[in-house]
Amino acid sequence: MKNRSLVSINDYSKEEIIRILDLAEEFEKQPHQHILDGRVIASLFFEPSTRTRLSFETAIQQLGGNVIGFASAASTSVSKGESLNDTIRMVASYADLIVMRHPVEGSARFASEVSRVPIINAGDGANQHPTQCLLDLYSIRKTQGTLDNLNVTFVGDLKYGRTVHSNVIALSKFKTKFHFVSPIELKLPSAVKRYIKEAHLSYEQYTDFMEVIPKSDIIYMTRIQRERFPDPLEYEKVKNAYVLENAMLDNSKDNVRILHPLPRVNEISTDVDANPKAYYFQQALNGVFVRQALIATIMGVK
Amino acid sequence: MNKKRKELLVSAISNGTVIDHIPAENVFQVFKILSLDKTKHQVYFGTNLESKKYGTKGIIKISDTFFKEEVINKIALVAPTATLIEIRDYEVASKVSISIPSKIEGIVKCFNPNCVTNMEAVKTKFEVLFDETGEIKLACHYCEKTTSKKNMTFFM
Repeated sequence: MKNRSLVSINDYSKEEIIRILDLAEEFEKQPHQHILDGRVIASLFFEPSTRTRLSFETAIQQLGGNVIGFASAASTSVSKGESLNDTIRMVASYADLIVMRHPVEGSARFASEVSRVPIINAGDGANQHPTQCLLDLYSIRKTQGTLDNLNVTFVGDLKYGRTVHSNVIALSKFKTKFHFVSPIELKLPSAVKRYIKEAHLSYEQYTDFMEVIPKSDIIYMTRIQRERFPDPLEYEKVKNAYVLENAMLDNSKDNVRILHPLPRVNEISTDVDANPKAYYFQQALNGVFVRQALIATIMGVK
Repeated sequence: MNKKRKELLVSAISNGTVIDHIPAENVFQVFKILSLDKTKHQVYFGTNLESKKYGTKGIIKISDTFFKEEVINKIALVAPTATLIEIRDYEVASKVSISIPSKIEGIVKCFNPNCVTNMEAVKTKFEVLFDETGEIKLACHYCEKTTSKKNMTFFM
C-alpha cells in the first residue's frame, strides 16, 4: 500500500481496508503524532469542498506535515487553461503526496497515471470518494463492533449517490444484508448490484421506508435532489416519503445507528439529532482519523 | 452457380486478407478502424451483398496485408460476426472468427460527457463486459461508467 494511489475503493482488498480501519483506531486514541515532519502534501481542490478539505488538512497538520495547494481552481493557472496533466506533473515535483478533488470523473485515475507521487482521490465528480467510504466503514464498525453480517439500509437517492455506490461495493466484501429504500426513479443501478451478486449476497428493495426500520443495524440516509427529477411533480410526490423523523425510530433496534454523509437538508428531521441513535456528526469527525491512517500508510510511516 | 457469381461480385486477390460477413452497415467503420483509408495496397470491397446466414453482409479484400490478432480484434465491436480469411497464392491459408478482446484502447468514445477522456487529451481505455442479454458493453477505466452498445460512438 506504500506509495500506491487510492483512486477507487475497488483498489483495496478487504484486508487492506481492515488495515486502514485498525490504524485509524490508533489515531483516534492519539491523533497528534509527529510522523510527517518535513513532508509536503499537496491539497488540490479544483472544486470547493470545505468539509473534505478541512478534514484532510487537519489530518496532515496533526501529524506534523506541511500543506500546499489551493481551495478552488479560480485563482490558479487552471483558469488560464492549463491542462490537468501539466498541473499534476508540476505539483508532483514539489510534493510527496497529492490529495485532489476534481469535478471531472476519472480525473483522479488519470492523475495517478501521470504523477510521480501517489494520489489520494478526494472526490472525482459523481464517480468515487474512497475516503468517505472508509470513514463510513469505520463508523459502522465502531458502532456495531463488526462489519460482518449486518443489516445495512440505504435510503434516498441510490441512483446518483456515489457514497452509496462505494459503500455497497465495499460492504459486499463483508457478507452484508442490503436493504435499499428509494423512489422507483432512483433505484440502485445494476452496475452496482453486480458486486452484490458476485459476492453471492442478497438484497431487498423497498419503496416504503417504515417496514425496513425495525430490521436495520445501520440506516444510511442520503439527500434526494430536486434536479434529479425531470418532472417537478414527481419530486413533490416523493420528497417527504424518505424523511426520517424521531418517532419513526420507536420500533428500531437498540444498536441501530443513523449515518449521513452530510450536508443534510431536510431528509433527517432535527428532532433526531438528540437521539443517541443519531451518529452523523461523530461520523464526520471519524474522517480525520481515517485520513491520517491512509496518509501514514501511503507515506510508509506506519 | 450461385457461389461462383458471388465470387465475381468482389474480385479475388492472390495474397492478402479477406474479411467476410461484416454487417453491411458497418463496412466503412471497419475501414476506419483498420486504417484502410490510408493503405497503399489494393482494396476491394462490397456491401449490401446477399448472405444466407445474415440476410445482407459486407466483404473487404486487402492485398498483401496480414493483420496481427490484436489489430483485427479491434473490429469486434462493429463486426462480431466477421470471419477472417488469409489468402496465399489464391488459396485459403487460414480462416478464423473474430474474437472480442477483453480490453479496448482508443476506437470508442466514453459515453459520459463528464469523463476525463472527453475533457483532456487522454486516450480512452475500457474493459469489455457483457450485459444479461449477452450484448457487449464497455466499462471505462477512468470514470468507471459503462457505455452500452447503442451508445457507442467511434473516434475518426
